[in-house]
Amino acid sequence: MTTLSESVGTAGHALEMRGITKVYKVADDEVVALDHVDLTVASDEIVALVGPSGSGKTTLCSIAGGLLSPTDGSVVVAGKEISGYSGRQLTEFRRDSVGFVFQTVNLIPFLNARENLLVVDEIGRRLGRVARDRADQLLAELGLTARAANLPAQLSGGQKQRVAIGRALMNDPSLVLFDEPTSALDSSLGDQVVRLIRDEMKARGTAAIIVTHDDRITHYADRTVHIEDGRIAE
Amino acid sequence: MRLAVREMRRRPGRFAIATVILTLIAVLLMFLGGLLDGLVASSTGAFRAQRANLLVYSGNSRNSLERSRIEPDVRHQVESVPGVKRVGGLGSVQLGGRIPGRGARDLVPIVLFGYELAPLGLPSTPPGVGTVYADDSLRAKNVGVGTTIHLGPSRSAVTVVGFVSDTRYSGQGTLWGSVETWRQVLNANRPDARAGPGVVQALVVQGALPGGSRLAERIDRATDEATTTLTITEAINALPGVSQQRTVFNQIIGVTVVIAIIVVALFFALLTVERTALYGVLKAIGASSRSLFAGVVLQAVVVALIASLVGIIASLVLDALIPAGTIPFVATPARLLSSAVVLVVAAVVGCAFSLRRVLRVDPAAAIGGTP
Repeated sequence: MTTLSESVGTAGHALEMRGITKVYKVADDEVVALDHVDLTVASDEIVALVGPSGSGKTTLCSIAGGLLSPTDGSVVVAGKEISGYSGRQLTEFRRDSVGFVFQTVNLIPFLNARENLLVVDEIGRRLGRVARDRADQLLAELGLTARAANLPAQLSGGQKQRVAIGRALMNDPSLVLFDEPTSALDSSLGDQVVRLIRDEMKARGTAAIIVTHDDRITHYADRTVHIEDGRIAE
Repeated sequence: MRLAVREMRRRPGRFAIATVILTLIAVLLMFLGGLLDGLVASSTGAFRAQRANLLVYSGNSRNSLERSRIEPDVRHQVESVPGVKRVGGLGSVQLGGRIPGRGARDLVPIVLFGYELAPLGLPSTPPGVGTVYADDSLRAKNVGVGTTIHLGPSRSAVTVVGFVSDTRYSGQGTLWGSVETWRQVLNANRPDARAGPGVVQALVVQGALPGGSRLAERIDRATDEATTTLTITEAINALPGVSQQRTVFNQIIGVTVVIAIIVVALFFALLTVERTALYGVLKAIGASSRSLFAGVVLQAVVVALIASLVGIIASLVLDALIPAGTIPFVATPARLLSSAVVLVVAAVVGCAFSLRRVLRVDPAAAIGGTP
């Protein structure tokens, strides 16, 4: 078992993973995607998760975000132990506590920028006016007010990424998970997005895990965690 | 659900093909139903118009008006049964009618009825001997008030003094006169089927209470099974061809509904496959499978409703345009609405085949979390 030293940050952890193991059955074989991994992220910490393809970083991110359940181990996110959650409980957990920004931006193509943010409220708590105000505020912070009525096809790559970040923040999550957020962007745009991520997370005191190959992100992150063959490397 | 509605409004073209196909199916369903209703109506009007609970045939008639003969003594027995309020005689004869203004060989098949208890739309006192009321459908055959029609080989003359609607029988137009008029025309033209004084083909019975199957049993017991008494509904179902028409048409309608289910199932299965990535993202950000599937069902229902609405409009237009006496099509509200309901239910059943696919969408795939 490999352990990472305790992270920096204020009191309280956004994420605590202990002894996380994930085993997949593929035909007659077993694939160990994660092998007794421990990871702790403070409540306002940005962690860059780096590793080669197949190292288990996406699996680790998925378990942290309640998209997958571990085979073994404990996952506590914002004080909630989710490793034993049912599918339905995980769905509710993701709706209320976690934000995702995916590698392929995955905005809903027939909704404009504002509606893409509001879909989180339509799926979830249905706060109505409060949600609409929050969406407008996020769009303003992300510099997208003028683009609020545009469909994704009418937005640039960087603008789409910013909408995706806004969507991830709509439910005021404790933890935001970014999967290769700059992989589809050129270097100057990627740089802008990375700085935006940092500014938004720090402004809100929201924790983030960023799965990445991009060195720029490691410079903006509070800490870099290397993962290889399903284990955290020192 | 709001997402599903928005998708339909922003991308109507996606649903165009399914809507067009379902609209054609709706039109077909409603047309088939209207044809069935028209055919049945044109066979059964004379019975449906009877203001009675029961129809009494002779016991050996095998539920056929034409084969039935009720003698006066049997009639007297029926009239004496407790619960019988009123009894009227009924007779019919099917003949070719010669109508002025048509060719000498251009005979119109007509059924002449003699009645005592007035059906709907007819005067309570039957018209005088030799005069009749004509079913509306005969207007298309140049029949008007005052027209004298010559019936059968003996060319028995009857004069039309008025009209009544929805009293066709076996697909033919009808004339309604007194039992005496009927007896005279029958005896003149069908000497092999003569009816003596007081003899009728059937009795129309009004019971003291609604319903009639118990009274029917009592009547048949009282006549010592010399009669077979049926409710009007039973008598209608026993008419030649009626139940067969219903069976055949309902089978065709059933197959059409199955086709509708398949169309919806295929269309929404394809749509669900196309949306797999989108569903993965939505599930990842917290949408439940139930809400996603509810959106699919909603879209199927909307498509079916639009198709039904167009089908209803098309059927009403068809009903207005088809000339009377040509195609036996009738668009009733009951048939149109029931067809719409059937189509909506078929759409819901059809998209249920996508449920498993929606359930199996893995939100982890949105982030590439599975090997």
